Amino acid sequence: MRPLLLKGVRPYGEGDPVDVLIRDGVIAEIGSVTADDVEVVEGSGAVLLPGFVDLHTHLREPGREDTETIETGSKAAALGGYTAVFAMANTDPIADNAVIVEHVRRRGVEVGLVDVHPVGAVTVGLKGEKLAELGTMAKSAANVRVFSDDGHCVHDPLIMRRALEYSKALDVVIAQHAEEPRLTVGAQAHEGEQAARLGLQGWPAAAEESIVARDCLLALHAEAKLHICHVSTTGTADVLKWAKARGTNVSAEVTPHHLLLTDDRLSTYDPVNKVNPPLRTGTDVQALRQALADGVIDCVATDHAPHAVQDKDCEWAAARPGMLGLQTALSVVVETMVKTGLLDWRGVARVMSERPAEIAGLPDHGRPIEVGEPANLVLVDPDATWTVRGAELASVAGNTPFEGMELPGVVTATLLRGRVTAGRIPA
Amino acid sequence: MKHLLSTEDLDRAAATSILDTADNLKRALLGREVRKLPTLRGRTVITLFYENSTRTRVSFEIAGKWMSADVINVSAGGSSVSKGESLRDTALTLAAAGADCVIVRHPASGAAHRLAGWLSAAGTSVVNAGDGMHEHPTQALLDAATLRERLGSIEGRRIAIVGDVLHSRVVRSNVHLLAALGADVVLVAPPTLLPVGVQNWPVTVSHELDAELPSLDAVMLLRVQAERMHGGFFPSAREYSIAYGLNENRLGLMPEHAVVLHPGPMLRGMEIASAVADSPRAAITDQVRNGVHLRMAVLYHLLAHEEENS
Repeated sequence: MRPLLLKGVRPYGEGDPVDVLIRDGVIAEIGSVTADDVEVVEGSGAVLLPGFVDLHTHLREPGREDTETIETGSKAAALGGYTAVFAMANTDPIADNAVIVEHVRRRGVEVGLVDVHPVGAVTVGLKGEKLAELGTMAKSAANVRVFSDDGHCVHDPLIMRRALEYSKALDVVIAQHAEEPRLTVGAQAHEGEQAARLGLQGWPAAAEESIVARDCLLALHAEAKLHICHVSTTGTADVLKWAKARGTNVSAEVTPHHLLLTDDRLSTYDPVNKVNPPLRTGTDVQALRQALADGVIDCVATDHAPHAVQDKDCEWAAARPGMLGLQTALSVVVETMVKTGLLDWRGVARVMSERPAEIAGLPDHGRPIEVGEPANLVLVDPDATWTVRGAELASVAGNTPFEGMELPGVVTATLLRGRVTAGRIPA
Repeated sequence: MKHLLSTEDLDRAAATSILDTADNLKRALLGREVRKLPTLRGRTVITLFYENSTRTRVSFEIAGKWMSADVINVSAGGSSVSKGESLRDTALTLAAAGADCVIVRHPASGAAHRLAGWLSAAGTSVVNAGDGMHEHPTQALLDAATLRERLGSIEGRRIAIVGDVLHSRVVRSNVHLLAALGADVVLVAPPTLLPVGVQNWPVTVSHELDAELPSLDAVMLLRVQAERMHGGFFPSAREYSIAYGLNENRLGLMPEHAVVLHPGPMLRGMEIASAVADSPRAAITDQVRNGVHLRMAVLYHLLAHEEENS
């Protein structure tokens, strides 16, 4: 592979444009570079960031290849600026054993567009009753670093305590889908004004907050590492702030859709807006943005959830929850966090790349843009806008809630260990 | 009017127009030996019911027949629905077969809205005959017709709705409609049977039925469904009945002119005492009777009145 020269790019969107030479998958030189026999990518002043890391992706393979495959999901990830994604365990069969996680890992390597890291299930069959073989999965060829029953809450406090304790020996993180199941039986929408009007069974904020509070207490007690998936309420942000202040080793993610959309969208009963946890209120959206800016919420994760047409083009209660997210995440973050002045580009690098890589313990992602560092990078045109069309996204499914929206920030190239995985591939 | 999905879509003029049409139809049929108007001859009306219902389905069927429409009843148990066909495919099938109007009852809130979206290209009208916990607009309209008949007017009248507000589609339709017609609505229920967010509704909320009764012009009782009795919403049927059941003593606390409504089916001895249900103060059979005329009026506005409305 010939060396690659990024001409005229602005690391973290700061300072005058510089050239970045990439050789053998590593950043070899930064400055005013003149080199022969290199592939040149014209940066035109684009923002250069470390490649994004998504802690929460549903790639649907094995089991629902009619909605997404590791190949199509990897393409979507690369186009969205990602260099590493964590594929959730709720596949069919479920990734609760070494055979499945190794298969997912191997398929990711074969496709080669993004580092696919399988997430292992915390409990057998995601049933919340019996710990899965976390150690076997962690020590397998898949090297599982994150465990989650996502889609289901590890609701039994004793099982959760054991999982947290056991994870310490493996130096892995337990990622909790915080949803008290008794408080959310049949729940369809955020419990509040909209759900009351629309006659949709309520999903109370307290069902998330109570589990987050409980698990923060358990994590502190067990001196273990805890990660909270898709934080969606003001109250959860408050609980996290409190827990962090008293020394809990807890991290948290927020999805792009919870940063932008509210339950006002439910009036049409179009299930493209159905997601779990549900879209909340405008007050929650503002609180989540602030919490992300303040570091109370550590990172953005997509919860990319492809679904077939028949699972969305139906009545609300029958529809599956979830939304596409990989290709729209950056633009939503630019819209909600950068344009509002809540984050600068260094902040974007923190919440999209550095913190998620740290949380999962990925040594080669989320690294500084410095000579000698791996060339896992993304180039962003900050001034360009684009209009989201579900049918044009790389995913098999097209269930984007951002359909027709014009969003700012375009990924012009993604580099995985120096290789262009998306964008303008040099001649 | 293309569809009737929600009373939230009806302003005072639109609602009054439907109520007036129902009055006119009632008068037109009064004393006739053959209760049949030719208005909807050649039009096909399909009732598509995914939940058991006697009164609503029969009421719509009679309404259609008295207007000379061809009425076909489809129930979820006796069709390809039971073979797992999607709501969308069923709807498109009925439209392709020539339905001018689909009257749908479905356990999912919003099902009628979805149906209207899928059928808009075919030009088929949709009437919501009850969608989950959302709305039941013709019930609210027939309640309004009955209140107007009994009280002479609705504007400024104080009307209590008592019972399971949380799960009731009848309440949601009534709250919007009665607010549009200028009534003063009070919801009476234990806090467990009121939705979070009710404070934003155009109503007042009370947990004390006895305190409300003396100022009421009408009380509307809601059926307490068996699953609520076991769902921890209140300690026991007995305690509910003691606090919220309308018995003869409570009837006595209401003004002489005040009327009692119930959308049915009633649980006698639970939310309503038998003596109250059968008293002349109760307008429960009037509601059923008015339901037919009201639904005739709705079909008229949807299927025969298009030119004037569009």
